[in-house]
Amino acid sequence: MAEKTKGQTLIFRNPPHIVAHASIVGPEESKGPYSEYFDLHLEDAKYGKDSWEKGEERMAANAVNLSLDKASVTPADVDLMLGGDLLNQLITADFVARDLDTPFLGIYSACATLVEGLTLGAALMDGGFADCVVAFASSHYQTAERQFRTPLEYGVQYPPYKQYTVTGAGSYVLGWLGGDVWISHATLGKVIDLGVTDPNDLGSAMAPAAAEIILQNFKDLNRSINDYDLILTGDLGITGKKVLTALLEEENVIPEDKLMDCGAEIFGYKEEYGSGGSGVGASATFFGSVIIPKMKAGEYRRVLLIGTGALLSALTVKQKESIPAIAHAIVAERIPGG
Amino acid sequence: MKNINKTTDEFNKIVKKEQPAVNKVSNFLKAYLVGGTICLIGQIFWELYMTLFDYSQQDAETMVTITMIFLGGLLTGLDVYDEIGQFAGAGSLVPVTGFANSMVAPALEYKQEGFIIGIGANLFSIAGPVLAYGMVSAFLVGLIKTLF
Amino acid sequence: MVGIFLKAFLIGGLICGICQLILDNTDYTPAHIMVSLVIIGSVFTGLGWYDPLKEFAGAGVTIPVSNFGYILTKGVQEAAEKDGLLGLFKGVLDIASAGISASVIIAFFMALIFNPKE
Repeated sequence: MAEKTKGQTLIFRNPPHIVAHASIVGPEESKGPYSEYFDLHLEDAKYGKDSWEKGEERMAANAVNLSLDKASVTPADVDLMLGGDLLNQLITADFVARDLDTPFLGIYSACATLVEGLTLGAALMDGGFADCVVAFASSHYQTAERQFRTPLEYGVQYPPYKQYTVTGAGSYVLGWLGGDVWISHATLGKVIDLGVTDPNDLGSAMAPAAAEIILQNFKDLNRSINDYDLILTGDLGITGKKVLTALLEEENVIPEDKLMDCGAEIFGYKEEYGSGGSGVGASATFFGSVIIPKMKAGEYRRVLLIGTGALLSALTVKQKESIPAIAHAIVAERIPGG
Repeated sequence: MKNINKTTDEFNKIVKKEQPAVNKVSNFLKAYLVGGTICLIGQIFWELYMTLFDYSQQDAETMVTITMIFLGGLLTGLDVYDEIGQFAGAGSLVPVTGFANSMVAPALEYKQEGFIIGIGANLFSIAGPVLAYGMVSAFLVGLIKTLF
Repeated sequence: MVGIFLKAFLIGGLICGICQLILDNTDYTPAHIMVSLVIIGSVFTGLGWYDPLKEFAGAGVTIPVSNFGYILTKGVQEAAEKDGLLGLFKGVLDIASAGISASVIIAFFMALIFNPKE
């Protein structure tokens, strides 16, 4: 049975296993250095459909179905699906769930949605309410760009620290048997807002929330950076990662090369992608397809995965609101003896 | 009690330090170069229309505007104008080619929502304010001139 | 003859350069810039400054979007002289008609022919 620390961290007495994972990425991500790690690749952003939104829906649905296949379970075996995306009304996740015979909870915390899903799923399982949970999330460059920014062909100049939304979907099957990695702890984040207003610099807006959750996790579990082999943030990008490093160093936490960011990595630090990737697709695909295999291979034993979400909408930006951010963390460990 | 306790000013200092700097001098020069070149091309068309096609000064000017709108729209459709914009900033935004771009880009973006509520409704989603304020301001200036 | 080309480049470029400085140093968005330019063009026309500028720099001031303010306002002024108050409404699109019609028609067909990038 789960246990809560005095702070914000949940300790799972029966850590749920990540039994299977599947990922799909878009055309740009397929040109990146991690292309071969991902299961499927989109040749075009519409994925053979007649709109970007339908393309994203097909992408997310295929990720879920592939993860179920890999785990050898059917939708009817799944007790609960937790899913979300970046579009209004969680429309991608809703439409994915429409086609599956499984109870569904739609969740949103922007790009922290995947980690929120894994946290809730693990908590429900350890609490005895489920034995098999699917957590999935997706983001899509074209659909997000037109919801949050200006039209793609509009000739405006973006600053060098702008991030590009990752087209990608990842789905994780949580169960009691199989897999190489389990979720041992989860730290629940607070909404943090240090007053960043530039919607082109989401990495900097999210970095304080990431720093906050890392320090909280260390405090609650009485751990230090030495207890982790890798601190993996979701989509701070290159600039946000630097800001996070600066914040941590002021608190005497020196991450050195233990800090990695899915968004910064996924496009391979190319200038044309500015500060790198953003969007929940970054952590949803990268953690499962790149990091879990490396954990299996023994490269990392214990990883702190931090989902970081910028809680803005196109309207709040126009109303000159600042950009609040949230971060949640889970501790993923290689299953002993596994 | 939060672990990170910083004011907006303190945090902005960190952000400014870590952010890659925007090179304002090179941005200015790029905008100047591209904007100037677009105007130069317009001037060349103007002379051509007057000498080769015998248009009056006024008609040639209008033909130049139409030509530049066509070129701006075409380069938007060919997926080139956004790249020029990323390089030139205001240099390709301010000329009338940029105005054409601001009409074609949203219309293309919403094409998949249909011809009427997609293309039709979005032609003016960015260009609308320019026309609205242009007309209102023209009216007010004319009103003041008429009254005084 | 060569002078007008050089002046078009220099003045047109200068307008764009100044707008870039405003974009880089203030919170102004591209929409603010475009609207401001049109209003400036309109006011300059009212003050009688735009015609001399056009005489001097040619396309250097007729290609930037401030020219919309110029042609809209010039149309209003000319019509107001002829028709009084009614001219304030009738004249708005007198000179601008070709430019605005062309932008709508051309933009429509471009959107029809092409597809956004994949």
